[in-house]
Amino acid sequence: MSDAAITPSGHDRAGPSFWEGLKTNRNFLGFWFMLPAAAFLVLFLVYPLGLGVWLSFTDSKIGNPGDFIGLENYEWIIGDAKFQLAVFNTLFYTFVASVVKFAVGLYLAILLNNHLPFKAMIRAVVLIPFIVPTVLSAIAFWWIFDPQFSVISWALRKWGWISGNIDFLGDPWNARISVIFANVWRGVPFIAITLLAGLQTVSPSLYEAATLDGASKWQMFRYVTYPILTPIIAVVMTFSVLFTFTDFQLIKVLTNGGPAGTTELMATMSYNTAILGGRIGEGAAISTAMIPFLLGAIMISWFGLQKRKWQQGSDND
Amino acid sequence: MHTDRRGFLKGSAAFGAGALLAGSGLTDFARAWAQASPFKPEKGAKLTVLRWKRFVQSEEDAFMKLVEAFTKATGVAVNVINEGLDDVQPKASVAANTNQGPDIFWGLYSLPHLFPAKCMDVTDVATHLSKKYGEWFDSAKTYGMSKGKWIAIPIAYNANVINYRQSMIEAAGFKSIPQDLKGFMELMKGLKAKGTPGGFALGRASGDGNAWVHWALWAHGANLVDKNDKVIINSPETVKALEYVKELSSHFAPGTASWNDAFNNKAFLASEISLTNNGVSIYAAAKAGAAKGDAKMKEIMDDMNHSNWPVGTVGKPTEFHICYPMLGMKYTKFPNAVKAFLDFTMTAENYNPWLEGAVAYLSHPLPAFDANNVWKSDAKLTLCKDAGRRTLTAGHLGSVGEKAASALADFLILDMFASVATGRSTPQEAIAVAERQAKRIYR
Repeated sequence: MSDAAITPSGHDRAGPSFWEGLKTNRNFLGFWFMLPAAAFLVLFLVYPLGLGVWLSFTDSKIGNPGDFIGLENYEWIIGDAKFQLAVFNTLFYTFVASVVKFAVGLYLAILLNNHLPFKAMIRAVVLIPFIVPTVLSAIAFWWIFDPQFSVISWALRKWGWISGNIDFLGDPWNARISVIFANVWRGVPFIAITLLAGLQTVSPSLYEAATLDGASKWQMFRYVTYPILTPIIAVVMTFSVLFTFTDFQLIKVLTNGGPAGTTELMATMSYNTAILGGRIGEGAAISTAMIPFLLGAIMISWFGLQKRKWQQGSDND
Repeated sequence: MHTDRRGFLKGSAAFGAGALLAGSGLTDFARAWAQASPFKPEKGAKLTVLRWKRFVQSEEDAFMKLVEAFTKATGVAVNVINEGLDDVQPKASVAANTNQGPDIFWGLYSLPHLFPAKCMDVTDVATHLSKKYGEWFDSAKTYGMSKGKWIAIPIAYNANVINYRQSMIEAAGFKSIPQDLKGFMELMKGLKAKGTPGGFALGRASGDGNAWVHWALWAHGANLVDKNDKVIINSPETVKALEYVKELSSHFAPGTASWNDAFNNKAFLASEISLTNNGVSIYAAAKAGAAKGDAKMKEIMDDMNHSNWPVGTVGKPTEFHICYPMLGMKYTKFPNAVKAFLDFTMTAENYNPWLEGAVAYLSHPLPAFDANNVWKSDAKLTLCKDAGRRTLTAGHLGSVGEKAASALADFLILDMFASVATGRSTPQEAIAVAERQAKRIYR
């Protein structure tokens, strides 16, 4: 036994010392520490996701687990004009809303980064659209876009700019633009405040140096601010794209996908099909079809993050 | 919009509140009823009822009184949960899937037919009631029965009628709403010409939108499916219906393509439109406003009236009123209490005050209730009496089950009409989309 006490580890021996070795093995211990987190992820992320994907291969209905039918659901939705329209709407909605949100958010962040009077208060005010519950703001927009009572139509009419009310949500393109506007309004604060946080990490000495070198405002932004902000932009835009792509509440309240499906997003279509229409398999196929798009968005930002090393001068390994 | 929403109404609190009712007529009757009823609740039974959230406050008040009386008479505590109309179906479906949840669901249209195997057989209750109050209306049988058995009790209908302003249709040269398609078109044209257009929802309005487009479809003799559930939407009749609606919608107020169920109420009460389709809740709102001394509301209340829908080329009414069936779940531990509750609800002494409380917003499924006071109280409301007789059922010629419900939930018909009316598609294109979708649902 004294031998064992002197030998620091027992992994070169067989028998009971294997357990001893295991007890001091950091990887083994680490596994047990990770287990709760892993169980949590499996239970609340992997399982629902896996179940969703599995359901998309079945003809499951509410009250009936259904049978495996292979790719039938996918074959159907790909040929479905309403699904095609929903994919187009979702991509259009995500792309336009994300670009506009980024542009406005960045502009706002740069503005707020200046020394303004009541800076703290203005920053707090900017966050308001983000704090208001989505459904509440959707109802507010519902009134703003009302075909009869819209405050915008009313004001424009008072000024004599238009003769009749604007059909915000009744005309397909007006409706698309209106819901995008509502989404942008809600999404800008998140981007603005996050980018502002990024801006504040930029050391003033960099700007001083740039000023000494005679850089213009634009050059300072392009060659100092923007590169340093890139990683934050990548993260914030990933989130923004994901949130926008999976948006549900605004559409549900404002148009419910109407008129005639021209504002239907994949998320609302999936809900209507699976929960209200009772065709769970088909609804699951619609939501599973969102995954490749979301993965694509994540990959783009991941490569955006990778670029960071190269930008900071180290090897692009 | 209701601003005074109450999330939950704890029916179990009825124990305390019930004391106030002690000795009232309803409670006395309830005790006598409990003695005589063939349905004896289990000892210690408790029920949870999930119902659609009321549209008229006095209806809910009357319902809660009924629930309290039931508790007093039988000792069965009843917990009532209120949910928005669109949320009842998903919740019921999940409950049916997982075999747990409320004992009783009160939803709309074909809810029980989404999971007929999970619904209690309540044939004895239905038979018991029809012995007392006459034969169930045909539409009630369609909604309530599956394979020769009753799986739900169709408690009431919500009549969806034409709401109009008398002065405005008179200005357009009409005394009343024409009861034929051609005359109705002329009326809508005339109203638009006078600067007081009407309008029907073409947005995804599950209530008003579905009601009027199905009327238009059926009025032209078109149907989604035949009696064997074969898809027959691709027909010259459908084209005619689409062309009619396209022309009709050209006379609408602007913005109807975005209307959901609440838009037309708002517009009508603001005198922005002269005619629309709705339950009688607009009238109720105008009345409530007038009672508070609002002169504008009084003017609308006095001027407005209701009408049945014009009868189309098929020569019989093709109206589509909402039905509210109440069903017991098979998994309940207290099936007899469920039956007792269903029977108690439909018993005249309870049902009549409740129907009155609903101020014609709801209509009955059994002929004996034609005598209810609400049908004599106000001539403008009397027409709702026949909602259960005049209505066709979801799926019409075809089955009333999950396929019909699916087609409704997908806005299959509504989107078909909307895409033609907004000029997005030709009738043929819209029919092709709907046909493909329908064939999938009805395969």
